[in-house]
Amino acid sequence: MRRLVPVLTVVLAIFAIWYVACVPMNVREVLTQAERAGAEIVPAAAAERRDAGALGLVLRNTAHLGASWSMERAKLPAPHQVAVELWDSTVGEEVYGRRGIVRSGTLSNRSLIYHGGVTLSATLFGFLIGTAAGVLLAIGIVQSRTMEMSVMPWAIVSQTIPIIALAPMIIVVLYSLGLDRFLPEGIAGLLPKAVISAYLSFFPVLVGMVKGLRSPDQMQLDLMQTYNASRGEVMRKLRLPASVPYLFASLKVGIAASLVGAIVGELPVQRGGLGARMLAGTYYGQTTQIWAALIAAALLAALLVFAMGWIERRTLRSMGVQA
Amino acid sequence: MMLVIAALLIWAVGWGLNIWLANGVYSKSGLTQIAVPVIFGGTIIAMWELLVRGLEVPGVILPPPSAIASAFASSLPILWGDFVQTIVKGALSGFAIGLAAALGTAVLVDRYDFLKRGLLPVGNFMAALPIVGIAPIFVMWFGFGWQSKAAVVVAMVFFPILVNAVAGLQDTTAMQRDLMRTFGARYWNTLFKLRLPAALPFIFNGLKIAITLSLVGAIVAEFFGSPTQGLGFRISTSVGQLALDMVWSAILVAALAGSLLYGVLVLIERRLTFWHPSQRG
Amino acid sequence: MSVISANALDLTFETNDGPVHALKGVSLDINKGDFVSFIGPSGCGKTTFLRCIAGLETPTGGTLTVNGMSPDEARQARAYGYVFQAAGLYPWRTIGQNIKLPLEIMQFGRNEQNQRVKSVLELVELSGFENKYPWQLSGGMQQRASIARALAFDADILLMDEPFGALDEIVRDHLNEQLLALWARTEKTIGFVTHSIPEAVYLSTHIVVMSPRPGRITDVIESPLPKERPLDIRDSQEFIEIAHRVREGLRAGHLDE
Repeated sequence: MRRLVPVLTVVLAIFAIWYVACVPMNVREVLTQAERAGAEIVPAAAAERRDAGALGLVLRNTAHLGASWSMERAKLPAPHQVAVELWDSTVGEEVYGRRGIVRSGTLSNRSLIYHGGVTLSATLFGFLIGTAAGVLLAIGIVQSRTMEMSVMPWAIVSQTIPIIALAPMIIVVLYSLGLDRFLPEGIAGLLPKAVISAYLSFFPVLVGMVKGLRSPDQMQLDLMQTYNASRGEVMRKLRLPASVPYLFASLKVGIAASLVGAIVGELPVQRGGLGARMLAGTYYGQTTQIWAALIAAALLAALLVFAMGWIERRTLRSMGVQA
Repeated sequence: MMLVIAALLIWAVGWGLNIWLANGVYSKSGLTQIAVPVIFGGTIIAMWELLVRGLEVPGVILPPPSAIASAFASSLPILWGDFVQTIVKGALSGFAIGLAAALGTAVLVDRYDFLKRGLLPVGNFMAALPIVGIAPIFVMWFGFGWQSKAAVVVAMVFFPILVNAVAGLQDTTAMQRDLMRTFGARYWNTLFKLRLPAALPFIFNGLKIAITLSLVGAIVAEFFGSPTQGLGFRISTSVGQLALDMVWSAILVAALAGSLLYGVLVLIERRLTFWHPSQRG
Repeated sequence: MSVISANALDLTFETNDGPVHALKGVSLDINKGDFVSFIGPSGCGKTTFLRCIAGLETPTGGTLTVNGMSPDEARQARAYGYVFQAAGLYPWRTIGQNIKLPLEIMQFGRNEQNQRVKSVLELVELSGFENKYPWQLSGGMQQRASIARALAFDADILLMDEPFGALDEIVRDHLNEQLLALWARTEKTIGFVTHSIPEAVYLSTHIVVMSPRPGRITDVIESPLPKERPLDIRDSQEFIEIAHRVREGLRAGHLDE
C-alpha cells in the first residue's frame, strides 16, 4: 500500500499529461479537419496557421478541439486509441480476424503476437549465444593470465563503443554469405538479428561473470589449497557457485540489451518482428501502430526481466542464499 | 596459401610473446600492462589483413584493414561532417539536456518522499525498457534534423542518470545527516555540502552508462530518417551501396568518439571524486 | 547555574514488537563547567539521552532545557558541538575544509574561518595537517580533527558520544589526557557517553550510571578527584574506590531485571 498509491498517482499523472499533450500535438490536423467540415477557424488562412504556435491555435479555437483524441493518423494518438490498436492487433486479429489462429490455424502476420514471437525468438536465441560466449570467455580470463591481460582491456573499451552501429552491416553480410542454404529455414532468418542480440548481451555477462568468479576471498581460496584442490576443482566447487548471484545480476541487464539488439536488428530487414512493425508504421504514417508496437516491446521487456528475476530467486533459494 | 600460413605464424608469435610477457618477471610493470593488449590487438588486425587477402574474401563481406584505413583517410572531410552532425549536435546536446533534466528531477525525488515512492519504481521500470523504440516517433515529431536525435538521446539517458543520482543522494549515513543537524543546517546546506558531493560517484556511474547510450540513440535514430549526413546515415547508405570499407570507417569514427568521450568522463570523474575509495586505489 | 536541566524525561519508541522505553523518568541537572559522563550497558539510553539534549530525538514526556531554551531552539542557536562515535569527516574535504564546514553553514567571514581553523587545530595538536585529506590520517588523528570541528564555532557545550570507542587503548589514553587539558583551558560544559569505567572515572566531575529496560539513571557519583589529573592517578586508592562504586551501580541496575 505504501508504494501502490504513489505509483498509481504517478502513472495516472503520466496518462493525464499524455491526454493533455494530445491537444497541442494534434491541433493542426484537428483544425484542418474541422475546417473541411465547415467550422470557422482562427486564423482562417492555412498559411498563417502553419506559422502560428500550437498553443496559440489551441487557445483561439477551443470550440473545435473535440477530435483531438480520435484522429485517424494523429501525431500523438491518445492512450485509449493505442489500447484499442493493441487489442485489435492481438486478440482482435487472432480470434476474429480472417487470418487469425482461430480461423486459419496459424498466427496472423498482421498481429502483434506473431511479431512479438519473432522478436522474442531472436532475443532468446541471441541471449543464449551471448551468455554462453560471455561465461566461457570469463572462465578463460580467470584461468589464464595471458587471456586476461590481452582480452580484458579490449572488452572494457568495447563497452564504450556504440556496437549497435554494426547492426545493418552484420545483417547484410550474413545474408550475403548465403547462410540460408546451410541452415534450416527458421534459424537462417533469426541468425542475423540474434548475432546483434548476442553481441549486446555478451559484454554485461562477461564483466559480471569475471567479477563473480573473482569474488571468493583469499581465505576461501587458501582453504581449497589446504585440500590440495586442482584448478578445475577450485573452479567447479568454489568459483562457479560463488559467481551465480553476479551472473544473474548481469543476466537481467543482458536480456534487456538482447531485446534492444533484436529490435534494432529488425529495422534493416523487413521480415517481421516488432522493430519491423515500427519502421512500417513510420513509412505509412500509422502512428498508432508504432505506439502499439512500442508498448508491446515494453511489455515484452518487462516480462523478460521479471522472468529472469523469478528464475534468479528460485535458483538462489535452492542454493541456500538469502535473496 | 602463403598468406594464411603467415597469419597463423603471426598469431602463434604474438600469443607466445604475450604468454611470455604475462607470466614473466615484468608482468606487473605498467609497460607490460599496455604492451600485452596492444600486441593482442595488433595480432588480430594483422591476421585479419592476411586472412582476408589469403582466402580472397570478397570486399562486400569483409574488407581488409588496409582498405578501411585508406577509405578512412580519403574521406576525412565527409566523416568529420558526420561526426559533427551525429556526435556533437545529436548525442552531446541530448546528453547535456538529459543530464540537466535528470539531476533536477533527482533532487526533487530525493526531497519529496511521495515522489520517491511513486516515481522511482516507474523510473526503474523505464530504465529496463527498449527506449530506442521511441526513435521513429521522435523523428516524425521533430523532423529529420539533429533535434529529433537529441530528443531520442534525452529519453534514453534520462532514466539511467535519474536512478543512479537518486541512489547517490540517499547514500549518506544517518550520522552524517545528524552532524549537519547539529550545525543547524538548512536543506540547501545539506544538499550542496553533503548530499551532492556524496552522490558524485553514483552520478558518474550513471553518466558512464548514459554516454554510450547517447551515441547508440543518435545513430539508431538516423536509421529512421536523417539529412544526408551523420554516422547512422553513412552506415545505412553505404551498406546499401555495398561500400563496406566506408561502413567500417564510419564505425571506426563511432568507436573512436565513444572511447574518447568515455575517457574524458573518466578523467573528470578522477578529478572530482579523487577521495572515493574506488579512485584511491 | 544549571546549563542542561532534565525533569522526568520519557522517550518511548513504537516498534513492531510493542513500545520500547528508551528513557523513563530521567531527571538531571548539569552545571556550567561540569564534565559529566554517562555510563551503562548498551540499551540503557545513554546515547539517546545525549541525542535528546542535542535535539536529534524528541522526548515523549517530561521537560528538558538547554541554556534555558528547548533543545531544538538550542540546536538552531548552535549552542553545542557534537562529536560522534566515528569521526565522520567528509572525504572530499581536507581537514581544514572539514573544520570550516560548520563555519560556512553559520556564515562566518572568510578571515574569521581561517583564524578559527588555525586555533582549533593547535588546540587538538594537529597543526600542519590542515591540507591533508581525512583518509591520509590515522584513526586517532581523524577523531581529534572531528573534535576540532565541534570546537570551531566555540559553543559552550560539547556533547561527545563514545568518541574514543573505536580506538585502541594506547591512543585512547593519550586522547583522554588531551581532552582533560582542553577542557581545563576552554572551561566548556561536557557531556560524555562511554562504556569504559576507567575512562569515565578519569575524565569526569560527575558520573551518571544508567541501566536498561527501561532506560533510567540509577546513580550519580560526584568525583572527589582534583581537577589536575595525571594519568597515574588511575592507580590511586581514591580512583579505585570510585571505579568500584560505579561497578556496584552497574551491577545493581543489572540485578533489578
